[in-house]
Amino acid sequence: MSPAAPGAVPEQGQATLGDAELVARCRAGSEAAWAELVQRFSAYVYGILVRGFRLSQHDAEDAFQEVFARTYEKLDELRDDRAIRPYIAQLARRIAIDRHRAAARVQPTAEAEEMLGADEEVFERLDEAMTVHEALAGLPDHCREVLLRFFARDESYRTIGEALELPAGTIASRISRCLAKLRTEFEEGNAAPDRLDKG
Amino acid sequence: MSSERRYDEERLAELISMLPPAPDAWVRSAAELPAAKRAIDQIIALAGTDAEFRRALTDDLERAVRSAGFEPRPAVVHALRERLGTGGQEGDG
Repeated sequence: MSPAAPGAVPEQGQATLGDAELVARCRAGSEAAWAELVQRFSAYVYGILVRGFRLSQHDAEDAFQEVFARTYEKLDELRDDRAIRPYIAQLARRIAIDRHRAAARVQPTAEAEEMLGADEEVFERLDEAMTVHEALAGLPDHCREVLLRFFARDESYRTIGEALELPAGTIASRISRCLAKLRTEFEEGNAAPDRLDKG
Repeated sequence: MSSERRYDEERLAELISMLPPAPDAWVRSAAELPAAKRAIDQIIALAGTDAEFRRALTDDLERAVRSAGFEPRPAVVHALRERLGTGGQEGDG
């Protein structure tokens, strides 16, 4: 099998599949679809575990694998394929809470206790962020790539310029144009902005 | 309710940056889950019918997995150790 390049800026092809269709393909045994599903939700799960619950990298890695292993096992039991995103988010939260509970039993700390009642606002913002990332899939490749590199990967103009073989000076203007394009997508409803407000 | 929210460029940029990519190795490992599960099932089945192979798995799991024609990916090795009850060697799990 040849999974989607992990952590890479996703290829446009499979990224355009809707969640429900992607889940259906996974259930039918497509390993490429599964790789795309992992790629699609990996940053979201990572964000929930590390930013939302402040798990250590070690715990987050175990939890990350557990989230996807359980998702894979339970694909047949999903009641609504379109709801894969909230399903994964809920699962990630449950697994992270279990980790904190286990840690609190071994060594109770104020932080572990605090994380059991993690701030709901953080998860709402992570959900919004995920919607924006989904919207990026609707942009042309060159836009998606430059925005992910600069904002999500925190790469410098110089690094991006070298990778994309562009003068560094062009990067700033491209970022600006692509952000404007993304905003237009939202304003025109192409990126389902209603989802943003359902937090 | 919150339809007043505005998504200007600054806010969109901030939201993009909230989700950095997960480490490549994590993503790769999760993406390989179907292949790993298939390999695990086949290895367990082989171990059930071949006593020598089962012994080899206990002696040197990664080598035995490779000799049977499978890639000893971390997910495969980890799951096999759990299923075979030989989890002691991994140390940091």
